[in-house]
Amino acid sequence: MTPNFHLWLIPVLPLLGAAVNGLFGKRFSRTLVSIVGLSSSAAAFALGLWVATEFPSLASGLYRETFAPWLRAGDFRVDFGFYLDHLSLVMLLIVSGVGFLIHLYSVGYMWEEGGYYRFFSYLNLFLFFMLTLVLASNYLVMFIGWEGVGLASYLLIGFWFTRDIAASAGKKAFIVNRVGDFGFLIALFLLIKHFGSLDFVSLFASIRPLGPETQGSGLLTSIALLLMVGACGKSAQIPLYVWLPDAMEGPTPVSALIHAATMVTAGIYMIARSHVIFDRAPAAGMIVAILGTLTAFFAATIGITQTDIKKVLAYSTISQLGYMFLACGVAAYTAGIFHLMTHAFFKGLLFLAAGSVMHALGGEQDMRNMGGLRTKIPGTFWTMTAGTFAIAGIPPLAGFFSKDEILWQAYASPRGSWVYWLLGLITAFMTSFYMFRLWFLTFFGGYRGSLAEAHAQPAGLSPASHGHPQTAGSGSHGHGIHDSPKVMLVPMIILAVLSFVGGWVNHSFENFLAPVFRDSGSTLAAEAHPASGESPAEEGGGKESLLMVISVAAALSGLYLAWLLYCRRPELPNEIAQGMRGLYQTVLNKYYVDELYANLFVKPLVDGSTKLLWHGIDQNVIDAGVDASADAARHVSDTMRHMQSGNVRSYAGWVAFGAAGVIAYMIWIGVR
Amino acid sequence: MVPLSCYLVLSGILFACGVTGFLIKRNIITIFMSIELMLNGVNLSFVAFAAQWKALSGQVFVFFVMVVAAAEAAVGLAIIIAVFRTRKTLNVDYVNLLKL
Amino acid sequence: MLHLLLFLVFGCACGAGAINLLVQRHPINSALSLVVVMGSLAGEYLLLGAEFVAAIQVIVYAGAIMVLFVFVIMLLNAGEEERTSGSRVALVLGVPGMLIGAVLVAWLLVERSSTVTVAAGALPGDPQTIGWLLFHDYLLPFEVTSILVLIAIMGAVALASPPGMDASAKKEG
Repeated sequence: MTPNFHLWLIPVLPLLGAAVNGLFGKRFSRTLVSIVGLSSSAAAFALGLWVATEFPSLASGLYRETFAPWLRAGDFRVDFGFYLDHLSLVMLLIVSGVGFLIHLYSVGYMWEEGGYYRFFSYLNLFLFFMLTLVLASNYLVMFIGWEGVGLASYLLIGFWFTRDIAASAGKKAFIVNRVGDFGFLIALFLLIKHFGSLDFVSLFASIRPLGPETQGSGLLTSIALLLMVGACGKSAQIPLYVWLPDAMEGPTPVSALIHAATMVTAGIYMIARSHVIFDRAPAAGMIVAILGTLTAFFAATIGITQTDIKKVLAYSTISQLGYMFLACGVAAYTAGIFHLMTHAFFKGLLFLAAGSVMHALGGEQDMRNMGGLRTKIPGTFWTMTAGTFAIAGIPPLAGFFSKDEILWQAYASPRGSWVYWLLGLITAFMTSFYMFRLWFLTFFGGYRGSLAEAHAQPAGLSPASHGHPQTAGSGSHGHGIHDSPKVMLVPMIILAVLSFVGGWVNHSFENFLAPVFRDSGSTLAAEAHPASGESPAEEGGGKESLLMVISVAAALSGLYLAWLLYCRRPELPNEIAQGMRGLYQTVLNKYYVDELYANLFVKPLVDGSTKLLWHGIDQNVIDAGVDASADAARHVSDTMRHMQSGNVRSYAGWVAFGAAGVIAYMIWIGVR
Repeated sequence: MVPLSCYLVLSGILFACGVTGFLIKRNIITIFMSIELMLNGVNLSFVAFAAQWKALSGQVFVFFVMVVAAAEAAVGLAIIIAVFRTRKTLNVDYVNLLKL
Repeated sequence: MLHLLLFLVFGCACGAGAINLLVQRHPINSALSLVVVMGSLAGEYLLLGAEFVAAIQVIVYAGAIMVLFVFVIMLLNAGEEERTSGSRVALVLGVPGMLIGAVLVAWLLVERSSTVTVAAGALPGDPQTIGWLLFHDYLLPFEVTSILVLIAIMGAVALASPPGMDASAKKEG
């Protein structure tokens, strides 16, 4: 007997929280708003945990709930429904768990902000959409969640909407995501046209019998490429990554939740969910892997030069997402999802810790003005250390296991290649380098800022406020630098523990997700070795250990280099930058990609829109038309009013004239 | 034996003179008299047709027209007197307060 | 023959009176011409056999209405007409329009003139027959017309009375 999990409660409870806080939160006290926000996300997580305990008892390994029909058009039908298998269960737990922890953190972080209720309303709304996305049973319900998280991201990035730069960043995120969504939609249209269904179960059942398109073109390849475009937008890959660094204008919990742990992983989840299609389109898989590798490398190079602590973490996110893309591209979906999970832990932690540092320093975001905070904010220091070591890939923390798995699969999978592995390795080295650079600059050395001197900071000292428009410069509370309150530290500690132990579930994780991707292996094997049936990834245990050692060595050399440049000989980085001035400036300015886009796309659109559409059509045609008709009416009435002269004789004249006309007409009719 | 059309032509002449008087005269009382002239012309054609069709209702109609003309003359002249009190003029060109 | 002659006499008198009305500048002259027209018309009616109508034409029209006109001209001390040009439309559009209308009607009459002739005294309109019609077939219009006359009397009195008259009447009455 299939138990009823009431999956619908899991997204609906945060939606209720969002509605209550949104509609009535203005009148609530802060405590009440926090209670509503926290309880709805906690309830979602608790339900997720309960479902997780009940799930293994299901024999079939998947569970479906359908509520209501949505679209019916001939043979095509779409229902509102939720779907639970191992993959969505993992995502559900990650999203609701990390989401709840970040809700908890936000209580402390946003306590002194205006619009407190609005923040929690939007956060809960985001949870609702994200949970809909991961629990969806068909592409269209997933698309609801897809668009919804974009909306929530826009609302939250532009949370301090009175600041121009935040509002523009929100707009940029939404518009760039839209470009990706366009690709996603076209893919959906193709699916509807050729397979007649968007429901995962029936759609994949009709795709499974098809063989792989080894010639590199065809229907499935096109669909896969278009899905990839959608994922590029949401998961910030080249060329649609430009919104993520700007999204750091939002409050730090938003960066942690949406732009590190959950929303940006939606693209990866979608690709993993569509693995049936990608398995049969090796060309598309190759493009995904190439794109992921390039993005990882590219973003890591930018991350080395950035001075804003949040921007470093943003580029780091883009880079790690590139790793996940690479994993999915070489059909190592389990590795990709594993890295997604560990990344949620340590990147979420890193962002929260960065927020904690900023909170302690009263909004300072520039790492050049930090330093020596190790002794002043020890709680933040130790948690951030755990996160930094995790992301660098140093054993035995979580990042080592997941990143190493990806690198191994990039090398050894039937679709992999040593090029992917090499670039991934260099990227791992750079990741380790810039993360430890961040670590050293923030916590070691002497304090380079000027916080203890004055409350009101002179302009030009901190290039970006951490988004405290109302309380700029006063966050130091006037009594020295102190660590964050417990409500902020506890989530960080929990995430630090998870970053430490999260990787140890490596093998059980793979076994857990295996049923979902079982047929991947068979397709890949059939394509690589049409005769034999053995997957080459199972061989080469020795090679795997060798590669593992090399990657650990890369991480440790990154640590050493960072220590050298930022602890031992701090004058060196400037000299190197002066020496490679041209290259350094280019990388510092993010390879001028934003400027390129602005000139290539934005400026022509805005110009065209202003000159052609606004001045040309709206003003000169439509407005002129309306004005002209009004003018015409006025002219006509101006002319006609001369008839009303008040002179009796002219009236009589008109009457006589008219009467003559009528008589003439009647005679003419009578005579005819 | 006079053809009917002669009576009608005479009626038309009277009517045309009435309209012309209405159009070209400036004194309001003269305009009023032109109106009476028009009515008379119409009366003549009524009686002529009554004689042709041998129907007395034509003459009854003339009776009513005359009664109405009397009533209208009374009231119209009273209005003229009232207007004369305020405007102090009988020239219809000066009574143009209703112009736009 | 005599019929035609009499018709022409009265007809010329009508026409001359009408034209004189237009030509004269002093309103009293126009009024007297109008009396001439009405008298001639009474003769025409007699020729057509409408004795009752001719009688009341003289009594009511020439005897009452025209007297009223003359009284008003005398009361208001109407002088000769001034030459003002108030409206071009009346002269430019109205007179030609009227002329065109008249010409058209005349043409129609000439074109379609039948040879119907009307004898003198063709339809005797004696008072008894007309009275019978008035009080049988046309009773309703008759009564309504009497009310109309009543209202006209009240209206004329109200309009023409000097301002402040009703107030002082109220004070005294």
